Amino acid sequence: MTTLTLSKALNEGLRKALENNPKALIMGEDVGKLGGVFRVTDGLQKDFGEARVVDTPLAESGIIGTAIGLALRGYRPICEIQFDGFVFPAFDQITTQLAKMRYRSRGTLSLPVVVRIPFGGGIGAVEHHSESPEALFAHTPGLRIVSCGDPADAYTMIQQAAASDDPVMFFEPKRRYWDKAEVDVEGGLADALPLDSARVLVEGSDVTVLCYGPMVRTCAEVAVAASTDGRSVEVIDLRSLAPLDTATIFDSVRKTGRCVVVHEAVVSGGIGAEIAAQVTQECFYSLESPVLRVGAYTTPYPPSRLEEHYLPDLDRILDAVDRTFGY
Amino acid sequence: MTVKDAGHAPRTAARARAREHDRKADSTELIQLLTPEGERVENPDYPLAVSADEVKALYRDLVIVRRIDFEAIALQRQGELGIWASLLGQEAAQVGSGRALGPNDMAFPTYREHGVAWCRGLDPAKLLELYRGVSHGGWDPAEHNFHLYTIVIGSQTLHATGYAMGIQRDGAVGGDDGEAVIAYFGDGATSQGDVNEAFIWASVNNAPVVFFCQNNQWAISEPLERQSRTPLYMRANGFGFPGVRVDGNDVLACLAVTRKALQAARDGQGPTLIEAFTYRMGAHTTTDDPTRYRLSAELEAWKLKDPIERVKQYLIRSGQADMQFFDDIEAEATEVGGRVRKACLEMPDPAPTSMFDNVLTTETPQLASERADFAAYLDSFVAEEAVR
Repeated sequence: MTTLTLSKALNEGLRKALENNPKALIMGEDVGKLGGVFRVTDGLQKDFGEARVVDTPLAESGIIGTAIGLALRGYRPICEIQFDGFVFPAFDQITTQLAKMRYRSRGTLSLPVVVRIPFGGGIGAVEHHSESPEALFAHTPGLRIVSCGDPADAYTMIQQAAASDDPVMFFEPKRRYWDKAEVDVEGGLADALPLDSARVLVEGSDVTVLCYGPMVRTCAEVAVAASTDGRSVEVIDLRSLAPLDTATIFDSVRKTGRCVVVHEAVVSGGIGAEIAAQVTQECFYSLESPVLRVGAYTTPYPPSRLEEHYLPDLDRILDAVDRTFGY
Repeated sequence: MTVKDAGHAPRTAARARAREHDRKADSTELIQLLTPEGERVENPDYPLAVSADEVKALYRDLVIVRRIDFEAIALQRQGELGIWASLLGQEAAQVGSGRALGPNDMAFPTYREHGVAWCRGLDPAKLLELYRGVSHGGWDPAEHNFHLYTIVIGSQTLHATGYAMGIQRDGAVGGDDGEAVIAYFGDGATSQGDVNEAFIWASVNNAPVVFFCQNNQWAISEPLERQSRTPLYMRANGFGFPGVRVDGNDVLACLAVTRKALQAARDGQGPTLIEAFTYRMGAHTTTDDPTRYRLSAELEAWKLKDPIERVKQYLIRSGQADMQFFDDIEAEATEVGGRVRKACLEMPDPAPTSMFDNVLTTETPQLASERADFAAYLDSFVAEEAVR
């Protein structure tokens, strides 16, 4: 076991991906000499060369479009979009090409492309640097959407994403880049939880709290706080947003009878809405209360001096947990 | 390090080639080797030695692809195809460039490259699948080095450039076995960000890609002056690689110009932009009505520059072909047309549950459940019928 920040865990995972497959490439803005603005690719160009760790021109559609071409030639590009709010120039290539090539070609063509996106707020950034656009992609069939919540998952999940023959949108919780934890860098992927599985992070019996990415740590803290009130919270890190590991979700809600979905993204039309609909349909007779969602308000991301009010935090989640007992 | 150096060094070669080209280029230069009247002319930069048999083979291609196109339009009018994008008038641009490709070169088409598909050896009936609505892409791109049709305007130029960057990494540039990529797009696409990004990527990476723009003067209803104030081929200068305008209705010129650009790419000299100056003689697609936005006089003027007629005149005047040859080609084209028609009519609709196939490499539980529900729903009608 080694203690690593989430950022360094990703870095080590990417290094493994490059070592394990000579066709793997890293491409993006400033990923080379600089090592990425969050240093996730630090040192990789030095060790693997400019042909495999590619500093690209500053155009996101070009990054994804050329990655598709490289994948058609047999390469396995891992692309970095520098910030969440800058993915939109690439939205067209991701949704009309990357997501659809396998379907269009009736399974003849695979596009093993990973799109890494640092996402979410909480770092006092300017506009376009704190967004959570994952639901826009989860609404597009043909993509796998995942998010890591801690360094150990960051290390394994980025390798699993790189090994996937499907396109993977990999959302990295940017405010957790500096969180440290023990990571087993010796362990292989064979024993790792599959990329599309959720993880029961904290077992509990009274209410299920579902979360991913930056909210995983917050929700773990919720479980501790709630226990002092005598409430047993089960926290599930969803990890995969498309597909959703509904079996794990339903099992938990059938046990607890209550469900709160937490994400930084706007609640309207979000991942929480999809989960609420599915849980209501599949666990209707087990539910003691409606499925509640805690997320951002239905506004654009506000100036950073307001983000502490805008983003879900311990108290707002605890409040929702309390409300599930009021029905 | 198993991946070879991405080939950054020869970038200077592309720049030098661009400068050389600038010196020579006259802003109105149009490379032409066969006049509309069928007269063979020489261009010192594009020497082309073609035998009578080669010209006759090109003529055959031109006539057959036009015949396939007519057949497809007829099939659409009869309700057998949902829509068709005609190549009428662009046969020379497609056949000339298509025949310039080597077996290992890769082509990235739009949805109108039926002539290129023919040159790549693709069964024309496969093209109809997309337009009949039985598939989104009916062939394996690897079989003929011809990628699937791309419908979003300009997207494929980036795919072509990325593919070319892969060729560089495979070390397949600069040797005897060099490979190149050709990206097809139209005049309208030159306004797209993706096309301009592809130019940048190709330029800074010195990628072995040829950008082949068929300027057919119209992007549905919008004339070229809605897209550009400069001749399209001149845009290449700003990106640092050569651009050339070729008579897109001259199959020999298109062949020579594309051959040279592909060879430069294979040799590691980087990208070239070719603007094939041509005309969309038909509608944008079978749903379009060009009489709403353009004058018939314009079409009449372009008919005098027909890409097929000039080859016929050349072959007749030079005594390289007799009437029997032309009759034989007509007969063969009719036969191909009939074969395409038959294949279209015999094309079965896909099985309803096939719409769930190939979304991801493995079927997700959600999709499996939707597939099962849908199958049960379909079966419920059968059961209902049985009760009646």
